[in-house]
Amino acid sequence: MKKKKKDWYGVIRVLAAVALAFIIATIIIAIVAEDPATALHKFFLGPFSTKRNFFNVIESMIPLVFAALAINIMHKSGLFSMAADSAFYMAGVTAASIAIGCKLPAGVHQVVIILAGALVGGLIGLIPVLIKKFCGANELVVSLMMGYLFFNFGYWLIREFFIDIANGSYSVKFEKTASLGKMIQGTNTHYGVLIMIVAVILVWILMDKSKFGRELKITGANRRFAKYAGINVGGVIVGSQFVGGAVAGAGGAVEMIGMYSKFEWIISVSYVWDGILINLLASTKPLFIPLAAFFISYIRVGATVMSRGGDVDAEIVSVIQGIIILLVASERFLYTMKKRQEEKEALENQLIEDKKAEE
Amino acid sequence: MGKEILRVENLTKIYPGGTVANYKINFSADEGEIHALVGENGAGKSTLMKMLFGIEEVTDGKIFLRGEEIHFANSTDAIAHGIGMVQQHMMLVPSLTVAENLVLGIEHTTGLFVDKKQNVKDTEEISEKYNLKVDADKLVRDISIGMKQKLEILKTMYRGAKIIILDEPTAVLAPQETEELFEQLLNLKKDGYTILFISHKLNEVKYLCDRLTVLKDGKSIGTYNVSDVTVEEISNLMVGRDITLSYDKDETEIGDKILTVDHLNFVDKFGTKKLDDLSFSLRSGEVLGIAGIEGNGQKEAMEILTGNMKCDSGSIQFKGKDLTKLTIGKIRDTGIAHVPEDRNLDGSAPQMSVRDNISAASLKKFTNKFKLLDQKKIDEYCEESVEKFKVKTSGLNSMIKSLSGGNVQKAIVAREFTQDADVIVLNQPTRGVDVGAMEFIHKKILEMRSQKKSMVMVSADLAELQALSDRIIVFYKGKVVGVIDDVKQTTDKELGLYMLGLKQDSKEKLMEA
Repeated sequence: MKKKKKDWYGVIRVLAAVALAFIIATIIIAIVAEDPATALHKFFLGPFSTKRNFFNVIESMIPLVFAALAINIMHKSGLFSMAADSAFYMAGVTAASIAIGCKLPAGVHQVVIILAGALVGGLIGLIPVLIKKFCGANELVVSLMMGYLFFNFGYWLIREFFIDIANGSYSVKFEKTASLGKMIQGTNTHYGVLIMIVAVILVWILMDKSKFGRELKITGANRRFAKYAGINVGGVIVGSQFVGGAVAGAGGAVEMIGMYSKFEWIISVSYVWDGILINLLASTKPLFIPLAAFFISYIRVGATVMSRGGDVDAEIVSVIQGIIILLVASERFLYTMKKRQEEKEALENQLIEDKKAEE
Repeated sequence: MGKEILRVENLTKIYPGGTVANYKINFSADEGEIHALVGENGAGKSTLMKMLFGIEEVTDGKIFLRGEEIHFANSTDAIAHGIGMVQQHMMLVPSLTVAENLVLGIEHTTGLFVDKKQNVKDTEEISEKYNLKVDADKLVRDISIGMKQKLEILKTMYRGAKIIILDEPTAVLAPQETEELFEQLLNLKKDGYTILFISHKLNEVKYLCDRLTVLKDGKSIGTYNVSDVTVEEISNLMVGRDITLSYDKDETEIGDKILTVDHLNFVDKFGTKKLDDLSFSLRSGEVLGIAGIEGNGQKEAMEILTGNMKCDSGSIQFKGKDLTKLTIGKIRDTGIAHVPEDRNLDGSAPQMSVRDNISAASLKKFTNKFKLLDQKKIDEYCEESVEKFKVKTSGLNSMIKSLSGGNVQKAIVAREFTQDADVIVLNQPTRGVDVGAMEFIHKKILEMRSQKKSMVMVSADLAELQALSDRIIVFYKGKVVGVIDDVKQTTDKELGLYMLGLKQDSKEKLMEA
């Protein structure tokens, strides 16, 4: 009984945060737009206006889901590494390189690319934790700095070996055998969606059902206790960074060969912050991550549709995200509601006990 | 005795998560009295005091000081009203001097600079005035626990406290230091100070206090004159039955040495030698008690024995293996279970469920060949443990921190006693738990003894050591200084002499330990 009520509180909180963010966004749009009604209509229902728009939501949620899954695993250890970005980008570079440089039959080619991306991602995931262990540097700072390093290094690799001279900044085209292929005609939605679903299920099993996941949770909750209970804390943490990096890497590879036919990431690509936001919205439960990612993706596409047809910038999404993250992360948001409820219940229980005692 | 100075009416406190810590508490204290608050752990004594000191928000009810209703927003408020508190865990800065700690936050200054001389002078003056001797120039980390306690009391008085709350002040003191503290408290009482004294130890209450209020399950049972009630009666009021620490022990055969600690040395990060060539051994089937004032190496010895710390030199032989070379996981696999000293820091993950906490040390047992957990078996195991060890919880999903201290400890004991280990290390197995839980844990320890398990038990509670141990060894400055084979005949006083380093057994006798 008690447990269920608690869960509801979490859901209400997230929904209230989202609602509040939408109210504020609506007010801003109403003030800014010349034709608020059309703008709001486009914003809220834009993604449903055409088939292409709707599947836009689906395809753009794929990297978000991978990033959030990676963050979910990496941060559960209590280590705040942002290496998922570097892993994602370098996996993209790796994917592009194999897609251009290797000649393999279709089917094998994609599998090789995704596995290679995951491996590269996993290895990159290890860097911050190893530096922390051996040099004592903070993993957050190291991993953020790594973002610059790997972006420049990765892009340099592409320019050095695979640049399309005619174009000057993109690579030459991938082999046809490397593409994931479009799943739905007339949209950009590719078979990566299926890989994403598999990834969600695997991460769910790993985190909620396996010994490793349980040990990781205990380690994150109280490292001293984990150590005392005989858990190989170091191994679990390093493992989590590798697996998290690998998930991000797989995401990078899927995105690269799903959405593109040549390497086009000439500015750095960042999904970690989205990953953190989505993981938070999903209350760090792997199965909720696709839902949260769909929501974020939806409002982004909605904002884009709105900005295309009017005078409101798509940046309104940042405002909404900012408000949501602020409210969901604030422990005190709607805290009194919970407190009052708890106090009321506790007192009722006391009264019942008192009565029993009297009888 | 003076007139009423403090009164609380229907004070209620509900913590986040719906834990009712205090429910309609009523009591009052008179000026110039030592008023005891007694009750099992988890009865709500500390919570009540925290509300009086403004650290915890009051959910419902009223507090009157000298007849006027007051509301404290924080502890600064309480201090301004003349209430001071010495917390259970001392709130001192180890790297600062005694004087600096005393004046912390309200230092005398000359312009931008701290006036060190004046601060030291103040410290000496106040120390002189109340006859609470402290060394103003020494660093806090170098002074004894007894002196730290005095410093804490001085801190409250320096800030103008007239009502001083002491939360289990004797928990960390040797018997001799306790006596000294009591003398000083009685002096303060003569000077008109009001002291609220929280304690488990009823003999102390009987000796020191004028009146006492009994709390049970977060409710106030009543206030009594100490002279009107006996220790047994107080104990009855607290738990509703008689508790004596004497148990019938099964006659068991003590076997050969199964675990040998050999010449252990350890120097901590401050350069203090915590273990000095420590050697002792454990025989199969015995309960080996370890006595000693805290900080004489017991903790370090237990941490090294269980792998939580590494020693500088020496070895521990068990089943032909040197435990000092193994990881904690391996040591556990070899057959050693461990009830740690601090149940919240090492013994549990407070945010996690009862289930996760109980199963944490046995995950290996419940993992199938695909490395997945057998959730059903885990549930069965946890349910059985909760039932066998009478852990009071609304369910396996409850966060373990929502349980009372005694129940958390029972859950930890349940986990460790079901590991099928040959040796169980018990570090303060009943510290800060209520009498009911204490008795329960003691019975379980004796049950394990009947099953021929060997146990090492460190405890600050001498009565506990005497009631359960087959043999007691006393630690002093990282060494064993006394071996007591005839536990029943020994007295607190004798143990106290060993603990303070005033008595030492012969080399030959110690060699046999």
